[in-house]
Amino acid sequence: MHDMSAPAAHHGAPTSFIRKHVFSLDHKVIGKQYYALALLAALIGMALSWIMRIHLGWGNFAIPGLHLLSSTGAPGNVLTPEYYLQLMTMHGTIMVFFVLTTAPFAAFGNFFLPIQTGAEDMPFPHFNMMSFWVTFVGFWVLIASFFVGDGPTLGGWTQYAPLSAIGSVGGPGQGLGVVLWATSIAIFCIGQLLGSLNFITTTLDMRCKGMSLMRLPLTAWAWFITSVMGLTAFAVLMPACILLILDHVAGTSFFVASNLVINDQVLPHSGGSTLLWQHLFWFFGHPEVYIAIVPGMGIVSHVLITNMRKPMLSHRVLIYSMAALAVLSYMVYGHHMFVSGMNPVSSLAFSFPTLVITIPSTIVVLMWLGSLYGSKLQINSASLFSLGFISMFISGGVSGFFLAQPSIDIMLHATYFVVGHFHLVMGVAAMFGIFAGTYFWFPKMTGRMMSEPLGKAHFWLSFVGAYCIFMPFHYLGIAGNVRRYQAFTDDYLIPLIPVHKFITIAALITGFAQLIFVYNLIYSRFKGPVETDNPWQGTSLEWSTATPPPHNNFGATMPVVYHDPYQYSVEGASSDFVMQTSPEKINNPNEEK
Amino acid sequence: MATTLPEPPKIERDRLPSQGSGNGGWRNLVPASADPRQVKDYSPPPASTGIWVGLAAITMTFAAFTSALVVRQGGAPDWRHITLPPVLYLNTLLIVASSVTLEIARRRVAAFMGGLKDPAANPARWLFVTLFLGLSFVAGQTYAWLQLKAQGFGLATNVSYSFFYVLTVAHAVHLVGGIGGLVRVVGKLNKSVLRRSTLDATSRYWHFMGVLWVYLLFLLWMKL
Ligand code: HEM
Ligand SMILES: [Cu+2]
Repeated sequence: MHDMSAPAAHHGAPTSFIRKHVFSLDHKVIGKQYYALALLAALIGMALSWIMRIHLGWGNFAIPGLHLLSSTGAPGNVLTPEYYLQLMTMHGTIMVFFVLTTAPFAAFGNFFLPIQTGAEDMPFPHFNMMSFWVTFVGFWVLIASFFVGDGPTLGGWTQYAPLSAIGSVGGPGQGLGVVLWATSIAIFCIGQLLGSLNFITTTLDMRCKGMSLMRLPLTAWAWFITSVMGLTAFAVLMPACILLILDHVAGTSFFVASNLVINDQVLPHSGGSTLLWQHLFWFFGHPEVYIAIVPGMGIVSHVLITNMRKPMLSHRVLIYSMAALAVLSYMVYGHHMFVSGMNPVSSLAFSFPTLVITIPSTIVVLMWLGSLYGSKLQINSASLFSLGFISMFISGGVSGFFLAQPSIDIMLHATYFVVGHFHLVMGVAAMFGIFAGTYFWFPKMTGRMMSEPLGKAHFWLSFVGAYCIFMPFHYLGIAGNVRRYQAFTDDYLIPLIPVHKFITIAALITGFAQLIFVYNLIYSRFKGPVETDNPWQGTSLEWSTATPPPHNNFGATMPVVYHDPYQYSVEGASSDFVMQTSPEKINNPNEEK
Repeated sequence: MATTLPEPPKIERDRLPSQGSGNGGWRNLVPASADPRQVKDYSPPPASTGIWVGLAAITMTFAAFTSALVVRQGGAPDWRHITLPPVLYLNTLLIVASSVTLEIARRRVAAFMGGLKDPAANPARWLFVTLFLGLSFVAGQTYAWLQLKAQGFGLATNVSYSFFYVLTVAHAVHLVGGIGGLVRVVGKLNKSVLRRSTLDATSRYWHFMGVLWVYLLFLLWMKL
């Protein structure tokens, strides 16, 4: 018989500083490291967006000190057209990969998935540590492209071929810049693959006694589903990046067609397929947008349930809908290629699942709204940001219906309409998910509370601000304003410039509101009021352990789970909430077994 | 052989199948009031799940390469047929043989770990044979690359060659990872700390590399 009397620590608690804080094997430390990386990346990405917005509103405005970033890209502190595109590319890449993937998925998931499943740690802690440090290296490889050669690539976060594959004739950053970009992303993929491997095995194998799959909180489900998507999506993006790098450094012709003439130069490549890149990229790219948003869906559900003091209308339907999103997300990627010269039959074939994918999205939204209806929601920063998430997801999702139809998309493709769509539905919504998670879990992660008044100010400024920035984008797009332009000089665009000025002002104000958050985060980390183990009176496992959780998450006794994750307001129970670990017998006919 | 095994290594014997989801009582305390039957609930060690997850990711990567090949070939004016270097067929034999020897090794080690100690049959011997075959495979692949290079066919000569190199090198890189895994198994066996799940996971990975190679050979032979 196995010796099961002692819950032997998976790996001993670290003793040296390096093992504890730098090359840590502890999923909680790794989660915090990911969070810090995402925060840094978000600040850089936001600064880039300010520079771009100022340039779009007031093209001749000299931003003091900008030439320090690049003397050729910003002579006289004003962006050159190319440098505008280079900053735009870095903004998109940093935000999508190093913020929207790392924070909701890798950061919170690392910290809370093992705790919520009742595990001591992830099953492969060395892989987990590598996952972070590999991602970290990938980030700095990307940042390095600011400072070498002629700067970062200008091809946009989607890096469409042939521009991305032709080398330096394509413009500044298209040589070394693209190579660094593709290297960075390939490295990033390895990091996320290692992470996904851990997430999946944690969920499947590491659950504590009594924790059936249906007893997992919605957050755990969201991370699990996301990691399955991550495993398949990043495993495709990585080979794509390798082929792109080879077109640069080895002279191969995967993506560049024959006899292409750029800047009066005939390129030496032959026969490459420009569409091949788009297929590979979007096979990753569409799942990626769900990788960014599904963890937020989990966080928002988790936060709302705790603050409503009642479970969602149906736990299972939410889980199935998120899973359906994941499955469908692989069948719709061609909706990004309606205007690529693809066969119209293929357009139709991609349009249909794209419309179908709105069904699970709608179900998720209806679940939230239906559960909120008539509930006594406690208003705090976390629940406000959750409501904000839902609002943004709906507003941004509605425009998806339009884009999903090839006939309409022909007109709207590559306009600000698309930019408005994805900033609301992915960018802002996922950020709000991160904020909700931060306000909610900060006490568990640090042992201190964040300031509520500051949090609420942060919410209202961000909420109103985000709508002021991104709603007008739709109007601009319908008016024909093309995206990825650095100045609006055509007759039909000049009348739109005041709208751009308004957006720029809104962006600067909203940006400053984020500094409130950063201040709140840092101040509360050291000076916030000390909290108990369960400040929100939650039921899931993270609230039944100490704050901050011990090295093996639960101390001497591993938890045993007796209940569903969300037993709030149970009739006849001894208190308003019954924790998952409480052996109390309750009379709830709907309980999962 | 130098490998001496003073005592049978730590093992995970009579592992009981997990009784449906949720009984993954991973190294758990059993509450005093619980049904004693639950003591036997024991979820499979994560390595056995993890290896399948990892192989799924590798499958996706090679599926991506394959579809890239198909798309790139479709309607390409510059596609040139290439003759595969004959040494590849020998290499195929080597890697298939290595799977067989690994399976022998796995059973012997498992029997040894199960306490059926047979001093005559050093369980590590077949692992070394497998390692040797694996290294020969890599050497054979290297020979194929050098041969092509000597004939003037480089990575950029034609896109058929690009795919040939990309696919074979990507496979070889993964295989070298497998060699590392086998070396680790031998090391752990010598130190008597080998776990059954590590052994099984490593051999699954190795067999998968064999299957992947056969698939790639077929793909290259058909398409290039
Ligand atoms: C309601 C369901 C949705 C539908 C029907 C939909 C449809 C579309 C379509 C057709 C496009 C291509 C537009 C074009 O380039 O011309 C698009 C772009 C985009 N969508 Fe969605 N979408 C939906 C939800 C989402 C969600 C939930 C996210 C993210 C979490 C998202 C993120 C994006 C992004 C990032 C792009 C643009 C990428 C780029 O070109 O840079 N969408 N969407
Ligand atoms: Cu999409």
